[in-house]
Amino acid sequence: MDYFTQQLINGLVLGSIYGLIAIGYTMVYGIVGMINFAHGDVFMIGGFIALITFLILISLGLTAIPLILLVVLLVSMAITALYGWTIERIAYRPLRHSFRLAPMLSAIGMSFVLTNYSQVAQGARVKPIPPFITGGYTLHESADGFVIQLSNIQIMVVVTTIVLLGLFTWLVSRTRLGRDMRACEQDQTMAALLGVNVDRTISMTFVIGAALAAVAGLMYLLYYGLVDFFMGFVAGIKAFTAAVLGGIGSLPGAMLGGLAIGLIETFWSAYFSVEYKDVAAFSILIVVLIFMPTGLLGRPEVEKV
Amino acid sequence: MTAKPAIGIPAILKTAFVNALVALVLFSLMVGIRTEAGASGQLTYWTRFGDLASLVAAVFGGSIVIELLRQWIGPTGAEKLVPPAVQSGISFIGRYLAPALLIFTLLVPVIFYDQRYILDLAILVLTYVMLGWGLNVVVGLAGLLDLGYVAFYAVGAYSYGLLATNFGWSFWICLPLAGILAAFWGVLLGFPVLRLRGDYLAIVTLAFGEIIRLVIINWQDLTGGPNGVSGIPRPSFFGIPLDNSDDGLAARLGIEYSPTHRIVFLFYLILALALLTNWATIRLRRLPIGRAWEALREDEVACRALGINTTTTKLTAFATGAMFGGFAGAFFATRQGFISPESFTFQESALVLAIVVLGGMGSQLGVALSALAMIGGFELFRSLETYRMLVFGMAMVLIMIWRPRGLIGHRAPTVYLTKAQAISSDLVKEGHG
Repeated sequence: MDYFTQQLINGLVLGSIYGLIAIGYTMVYGIVGMINFAHGDVFMIGGFIALITFLILISLGLTAIPLILLVVLLVSMAITALYGWTIERIAYRPLRHSFRLAPMLSAIGMSFVLTNYSQVAQGARVKPIPPFITGGYTLHESADGFVIQLSNIQIMVVVTTIVLLGLFTWLVSRTRLGRDMRACEQDQTMAALLGVNVDRTISMTFVIGAALAAVAGLMYLLYYGLVDFFMGFVAGIKAFTAAVLGGIGSLPGAMLGGLAIGLIETFWSAYFSVEYKDVAAFSILIVVLIFMPTGLLGRPEVEKV
Repeated sequence: MTAKPAIGIPAILKTAFVNALVALVLFSLMVGIRTEAGASGQLTYWTRFGDLASLVAAVFGGSIVIELLRQWIGPTGAEKLVPPAVQSGISFIGRYLAPALLIFTLLVPVIFYDQRYILDLAILVLTYVMLGWGLNVVVGLAGLLDLGYVAFYAVGAYSYGLLATNFGWSFWICLPLAGILAAFWGVLLGFPVLRLRGDYLAIVTLAFGEIIRLVIINWQDLTGGPNGVSGIPRPSFFGIPLDNSDDGLAARLGIEYSPTHRIVFLFYLILALALLTNWATIRLRRLPIGRAWEALREDEVACRALGINTTTTKLTAFATGAMFGGFAGAFFATRQGFISPESFTFQESALVLAIVVLGGMGSQLGVALSALAMIGGFELFRSLETYRMLVFGMAMVLIMIWRPRGLIGHRAPTVYLTKAQAISSDLVKEGHG
């Protein structure tokens, strides 16, 4: 039971990170209807920028950890958001009304560009950082000495995710921008006729998605203590799987799918085999889609003739 | 990159300035600062402001050039109907370019007999032509987006590799077996995705490709895991080995042995396989099943309404495409003599898909040309090493923006009343297959 609880905690933390990335996928899909393959790499870029900002701040002699974290968070969100904006401008906007495979191919190309850009710019080796946030709580100690640990970083990841999710839900449901986004999702032409700036709304979608990915990148960096240029691919595929599992286009679905993938992975590694954890995650995706072709929370797509 | 092209030097300078500013922020940390893990694992960093400055300057200059070009050329409207001149041009090219290309290809080993590098490159290009044609059945004809095509390539390669090394079966027995096994896996993948559409289909095929790769990596007893399968036998000339032995082909023909014989044989082997794929696809397009594939691509609902069995249509498309992938895989295994999971990553799937889409989905000649351009271009930039994939990715983005429908993006009908009228594929609104 203790072992189970510990794995549950680990799974939820991993799932939170996946969920944050998955929101970016699902938002873009909801509005533009394309798979943004470069999103995983945007997450990786976010991790790198966080790492570099950390290094600079520390060499400047800053020691207050909350201050460092805040600055790193803001810088990496800002710059990564600009990456998201630029990618949309260069690679996707010219293909907005093209046939559906064109933006996807462009996105795959963009993903190659970003992966190799960071390899060229920062080298191929894994970049470790020393642990910043240490310590934690012992929740329970059983008779045979098994300890359930809840580390501060795990608390931070989950709390940040919840706060961001709350902010984000508020943004989508209560603000002008959110209303525009929902309008564009339903019908871009009609939204444009009613005075919604469609281009700007789509740009903002990419900006918000990239900023969330940057937070996920920072969390990943703090949680695992390393980044490398290839991490965007695997994390991106997992997050995309999560988005599809939850029903692509649905925001709560993305978070739910992220948690599901995180839990499946963690429990599979804990009870069966580490090697096949990704196989398990992908197989469950396929099984779920057989019975629910539009994911857990996705709306069935009605095709009008 | 403004939405409305503004006129005048100040506007151009302003755009370039904004672009340079964006570039400065984007590159500031990623290029301006270089991090590296030191000997003790401690991260160190140093600055590269020179590189940063030159990159930003390049963006500034590049923006000015692009803006100038844009004002020069002016806005270009997309042409919807293929104009008669272009159409006769296309049919001219279609009529003469393809045979010319084929004759040239047949002569490649004669012309470049002494240049091993070119022969190897030609074999590689033909392998991708074959893969492109195989995937074209699934993506181009049936309109089913497959992001895991490399799985069937892997199944073919491992079928031959394992059967040949464990049981000593010859290439000519294993080749059809590899195709059948791959087709079987194609049907296996086809079943769960029958109800899925569009992007759900894409992610499931991607997941399938990853599952196959991960199983190959982890099932070490069977596949050797990351170490791969080595010592895969070379192909024989229908039982006669192509080596320096007494009963080798060279000795039997009474000519002097040369290792190039095997390369030339491999070249013609893959050429024959690729042409088989092409021939089968062209024939299938004229059969009811091929017409059903294309109908499915254009509109699945209409297909159902017309009484086409979409289940069998989809499954046969997957199986046919997978079978050709399996053939190509078996060829790959016998050519390399060594296979490992590293050859079957998502990048390969993306590359083959890029070849199909850039070639203009459904166009056999377009796929061949784009395979030649992509693989040849990729080899041209070999000296750039790490920059190669960067250039490759940029080229992919630029080509998509330039020609979203691919190099040869038109629909050539197989049924027509009096004369075949090709239309630009921009006119076609595809359903979600």
